[in-house]
Amino acid sequence: MASILVSGVHKSFGSTVALDGLDLEVATGEVHGYLGPNGAGKTTTIRTLLGLLRADGGTVSLLGGDPWRDAVALHRRLAYVPGDVNLWPNLTGGEAIDVFGSLRGGLDRDRRAELIERFDLDPTKKGRTYSKGNRQKVALIAALASDVELYLLDEPTAGLDPLMEVVFQDVIRQLRDDGKTVLLSSHILSQVEKLCDRVSIIRLGKVVETGTLLDLRHLTRTTVEADTRETPVGFDRLPGVHDVTVSGHRVRFSVDGDHLDEAVRHLSALGLGSLVSQPPTLEELMLRHYGDELAGNGREKVGQDR
Amino acid sequence: MTATTTRPATPVRPARSDGGPLTGFGTLLRLIGRRDRVRVPLWILAITATQVAGAAAYPGLYPDAAARLVQAEVIGSNPAMKAMTGPGHGLDDYTFGAMMTNEYLGLMVIFAALMSVFMVVRHTRAEEEEGRAELVRANVTGSAAALSAALTAAVLANVALGLLVAAGMASLGIETIDWPGSLLYGAAFAAVGIVFAAIAAVTTQVTQFARAASGMAGALIGAAYLLRAIGDVMDNGLSWLSPIGWSQATAAYVDDNWWPIILSLVVAGALAALAFRLAGRRDVGAGLRAERRGVAQASRALGTPLGLAWRLQRSTVMWWSIGMFVFGASYGSAIDVIEDYADNDVVADLVESMGGTTLTDSYLAMIMGILAIVVSIFAVTAALRPRREETSGRAEGVLATGVSRTEWYASHLVIALLGSVFILFVTGLGLGLAALGTATGSSILGQVIPAMLAYTPAVWVVVGVAVLAVGWAPRAALAAWLLVVYAFFMRYMGALLDLPQWMMSLSPFSHIASLPAEDFRATPVILLTVIALAFIGLGLVGFHRRDVEAT
Repeated sequence: MASILVSGVHKSFGSTVALDGLDLEVATGEVHGYLGPNGAGKTTTIRTLLGLLRADGGTVSLLGGDPWRDAVALHRRLAYVPGDVNLWPNLTGGEAIDVFGSLRGGLDRDRRAELIERFDLDPTKKGRTYSKGNRQKVALIAALASDVELYLLDEPTAGLDPLMEVVFQDVIRQLRDDGKTVLLSSHILSQVEKLCDRVSIIRLGKVVETGTLLDLRHLTRTTVEADTRETPVGFDRLPGVHDVTVSGHRVRFSVDGDHLDEAVRHLSALGLGSLVSQPPTLEELMLRHYGDELAGNGREKVGQDR
Repeated sequence: MTATTTRPATPVRPARSDGGPLTGFGTLLRLIGRRDRVRVPLWILAITATQVAGAAAYPGLYPDAAARLVQAEVIGSNPAMKAMTGPGHGLDDYTFGAMMTNEYLGLMVIFAALMSVFMVVRHTRAEEEEGRAELVRANVTGSAAALSAALTAAVLANVALGLLVAAGMASLGIETIDWPGSLLYGAAFAAVGIVFAAIAAVTTQVTQFARAASGMAGALIGAAYLLRAIGDVMDNGLSWLSPIGWSQATAAYVDDNWWPIILSLVVAGALAALAFRLAGRRDVGAGLRAERRGVAQASRALGTPLGLAWRLQRSTVMWWSIGMFVFGASYGSAIDVIEDYADNDVVADLVESMGGTTLTDSYLAMIMGILAIVVSIFAVTAALRPRREETSGRAEGVLATGVSRTEWYASHLVIALLGSVFILFVTGLGLGLAALGTATGSSILGQVIPAMLAYTPAVWVVVGVAVLAVGWAPRAALAAWLLVVYAFFMRYMGALLDLPQWMMSLSPFSHIASLPAEDFRATPVILLTVIALAFIGLGLVGFHRRDVEAT
């Protein structure tokens, strides 16, 4: 059963289209990575899932309910960490954690103490004196100390240092082992690679790719470098092989996931001396969808400066 | 701007390598000009338009010298009028010019003061609090550049305001409103604005928070108005402690004294120097007082929507209660001089027209009518608090928990509605207790407390309008303030300008009986309560249906 099921959702703010027919499915019990650059629509998706925004069209189902209509009942079963945490300037971090916890319906005191310890937070400081990272810790502790079914995390560690990142990953793994569902919006790819069972990539308000990392890798090209005993020829003619460079007995090419088998067969027929193959990194996966945009942005920026 | 982008074609010029504390001043001043290019001109135009339009109406209201003389007697002999207007320069020959300085100037300069306070705080402490100042200071800017730029911008705005007011007044061509007097009249606007810009420059050093800095400076504007009101009624020199009193001391169009302007500028200079000294001694982002620690756990009550709303608003309620108690008390302490004015035919007529039996009654009725509108400022602030929580991004965290939108907003409304009742009560208490403490020991507590509480429905209508705006037109939520301004304007100027009845009745306060001069009327109280609750209900429906906005 899916904890989150979004189909064909549209959302515009004035003339700006934020979600443009978004489909998203998060299965119960999985950690789902939600990837995309700033402005792609990640936060709008999550705010729609929370019933803070009303979708212009399409259907949204969250834990079997309608987040717009059943907001309050659903919110008792989920915890949320916003990407940009704003605290009350005159409440301490400890107070803010308890406020969120109590309003949600209570939190686990021992877990609260443990998380404060692990995240190394001083709960006696006033909200206005916290750094971005510490504000984020407050929101994280408030969310993670609640015993709920679903966690919606919007770039929860953007302000945390690497040590805290390790603690965070540990806590999320624990949640997964306990059978909780997590939607983790992020642009820290290593975090997603380590934690997520499945990944959805959003671009311009649409999910353009979804699946396990393995699935996604299959869709992209693997880089292969090999030494062969015979002179490597004939690679240009193989289907799905690109960017072939040959120097002496050394060949280098990239090959589409579904043609890897033929290419390797062809290599071994030539007599393999050595073989190095590199699976695509998540960065490359992202670049596959966003590469053209990056180039475009660069040009645009120059234009705007003038 | 070359300082912030790095383009290889035009290498960044080290912006003048002297590195003085004013480095970057010009750039920051231009930045302020860019950010305020709509806001400040609007302030200036609105103030000028109100002033000039008001002045233009006077010849129609007082066609001859005899009519003006009657008005002079009314003002000179009525302490409540004196408290609302000024010290009464030129009452013996009450020309249009004298009327302006006496009746208009003291009130209008408050807006110049507000404009200046908001400007200075917005470009200094608010920038630091938001963290933008850090970005600016990390570039090539001197330590004093931001404060100097903000103060300079405020001074320029006030000079522009002064010149515009002067030109507007002089061009009306009204008898006695001449060019020399108008220049001084405009200068009085600018002088008050500049003094309060300097005051705001000091308050922004004391506290770390923009709101507290505006609040302190705003309280000082209130204090300045109060000092001159008491000083003018009691005629005891207290007005000399007030920058607003100085503006009236110019007696523009009557004696044309320029030296109060010089006094204002000297005081402003001294305050600005103090601000720079204080600024030089603290870290960016810090206040003069260090932040204290708090408790590690929330109390039980804080974990409920109402508990949270109370925690967020309680200091506002407390400060308003104290302030209004003092405000009420200051008017109450003047009560025993009131009857001294009673041996006067004109006053007797006035009392009769107000419906009261004694001068004291009509004095109290007028004062309380004003005080009730002042309380509605609190009511708007409290009713708009949820909107501020929303735009600051704090609302979404709470609304993502098991709290419904209606419950959340209603919790804040409990504070707004009950808080305004309490503050109305405290205002009456201050008024009554102070009257009790005077030489004659007037026992009016039993009259003034119910009279203040009678305004509750009118204040609630203001709350209702604010909620309605937040629910259906959140971007325009600040428009709720317009009703407060309108109510003030009607109370002060409605009768003076002889405006039509329908314009008066748009202010909810105009429907409440002016106790104790008039008899209590139940119908408007009931109707206004119903209207207020209907507005609130409608507003909550709107809030329930719309998107919660992000920052």
